[in-house]
Amino acid sequence: MDAGTALPSEVATTTKIRRLDPAAITGVMSREAANFRTYWKGTAFSSILEPIVYLLCFGLGLGATLVDGVDGLRYVEFVATGMVATAVIFSSAMPAMFGTFVKERFQNTYDAILAAPVDPEELVTAEMLWIGLRASIFGTFPLFVGIAFGLDPKPAMLLVPFFNFFTALGFGAFGIAVAASVAKIDQFNYVTTLVITPLFLVAGTFFPIDQLPEGLQIAANFNPLYQLVELVRGSAFGFDSGDILRFIGLVGFAVVLWRIAVSRMTKRLID
Amino acid sequence: MPEAITDAAPRARCAIEISGAVKRFGPITAVDGLELDVPRGICLGLLGPNGAGKSTTMRMLTGQVIANAGEIRVLGHELPGESKVARAMMGVVPQLDNLDVDVTVEDNLAVYARLYRVRDVGAAVERCLALARLTDRRRDAVDKLSGGMRRRLLLARGLVHDPQLLLLDEPTVGLDPQIRTELWSLIDNLRSQGKTILMSTHYIEEAERLADEVAVMHHGKVIARARPAELIAEHAGRETAEVYGPPDRLAEVRALAESEGLRVRPAGPAIAIVGAERSTNGSVPDDAVRRAATLEDVFVILTGEEAE
Repeated sequence: MDAGTALPSEVATTTKIRRLDPAAITGVMSREAANFRTYWKGTAFSSILEPIVYLLCFGLGLGATLVDGVDGLRYVEFVATGMVATAVIFSSAMPAMFGTFVKERFQNTYDAILAAPVDPEELVTAEMLWIGLRASIFGTFPLFVGIAFGLDPKPAMLLVPFFNFFTALGFGAFGIAVAASVAKIDQFNYVTTLVITPLFLVAGTFFPIDQLPEGLQIAANFNPLYQLVELVRGSAFGFDSGDILRFIGLVGFAVVLWRIAVSRMTKRLID
Repeated sequence: MPEAITDAAPRARCAIEISGAVKRFGPITAVDGLELDVPRGICLGLLGPNGAGKSTTMRMLTGQVIANAGEIRVLGHELPGESKVARAMMGVVPQLDNLDVDVTVEDNLAVYARLYRVRDVGAAVERCLALARLTDRRRDAVDKLSGGMRRRLLLARGLVHDPQLLLLDEPTVGLDPQIRTELWSLIDNLRSQGKTILMSTHYIEEAERLADEVAVMHHGKVIARARPAELIAEHAGRETAEVYGPPDRLAEVRALAESEGLRVRPAGPAIAIVGAERSTNGSVPDDAVRRAATLEDVFVILTGEEAE
């Protein structure tokens, strides 16, 4: 390439364009933030109310009538810590699936973004980071609700948003990859029924996985949500030596799904 | 390796150079050996019927469609490898409105100023608000704007980084005549500032009004290119005669004119004999309505499609 001449205008903050350019990534995230400002109240409302409803139904209802406690924990404590994972998957995989599909197919948003100096890798990365940030915050709400219902606050709980973030990156990437792979929005029903619901139910949220048949127990160990639940319970009731491996597993999950999402979206967006 | 946002060939005559570009979508060849150069500082109208390959060409230039064959250079940068750098220096106004409708006018502009790495986002937003005449609506959500305002905002968004090259993909498609005229005056103003503009359109009037040169595209390739007046002179001559009457009579007149080597095309309820001044055997009836040949005559003769 020739040395060239610099652009004569108010244009460039940087004179270079690089791979995974922070300017492109923060630019895409700023678009998400601008949109989020228009609908945050509804999202925050459901993120707070939903764990309250679950805790009232399962934690207090079931806990007061059928279940005294699980693994030495009061059932409300067991459910409140488990609900973090539920909040994370529902505020990452679902918005990633629907949001990505709508922006790509109906709003033509990605056409506009990719006409700027942004490539699909930066686009996917920015969307994942935004989803990760959002879910890391909304995912902690059940913990606050649990504290209001009697869960003992611990300093290690400050790590929960951090655990949520990496889990949400992975599930956000999963949602993006799914959105880039389906032809019609109705096909999300298959994903929700066959993947998300089983992951959410077999994560040790409402009952310990050692109640499951052995095969399912082994499978549950490959469920990132189960690993998140264990980490959150570790932060509330004490970590064990395997928790670092759980965290490394979640980071690995995010990295693998990131590359899959980038590949699927590139195929979808570039003809 | 980071790449500099610079014009890689500042002294080159052409902002866009496309040579032998081919793009296939399965069995369909959308662009078929396209040759197209756009000299700096002109507005080139890419005129063609629906399906001619205009939008695919535009998307090849933004790197969203990768050509199966051929070479494409934009501002000296070879595509698709250097597409991102090229995109930093060109503005794109899409055919479809893809503004963020719940977000304010100024936030829509600010987001794209950031994506284009603009140094002073605030100044760029102010400039674009003034350009789109939307300064007093800056805090309104886009869905509160009229259709014309949204189009002006879309155009301003494409100019937020003051690009050297502007791609306009059917910039006034679906707009009512008043809004279209408003947009034309904005685009005309950009042309007079010396920006290079590639504008795809299937509106004859738009091409005549705005383009320094017109390239007629059909079946994925450019089949004619020149200044509008030259295209008319070369393909349609000086005069067109429109003949009205019952179908039998029109069929007779058509046969006679074609026997003389004149081109005849349908024109609503009439037929139009193109190059009527060349008639020597009276194939143009006395009651024909004679008028100056137009770009529409050229378009219909070359593509066989009705113009809009």
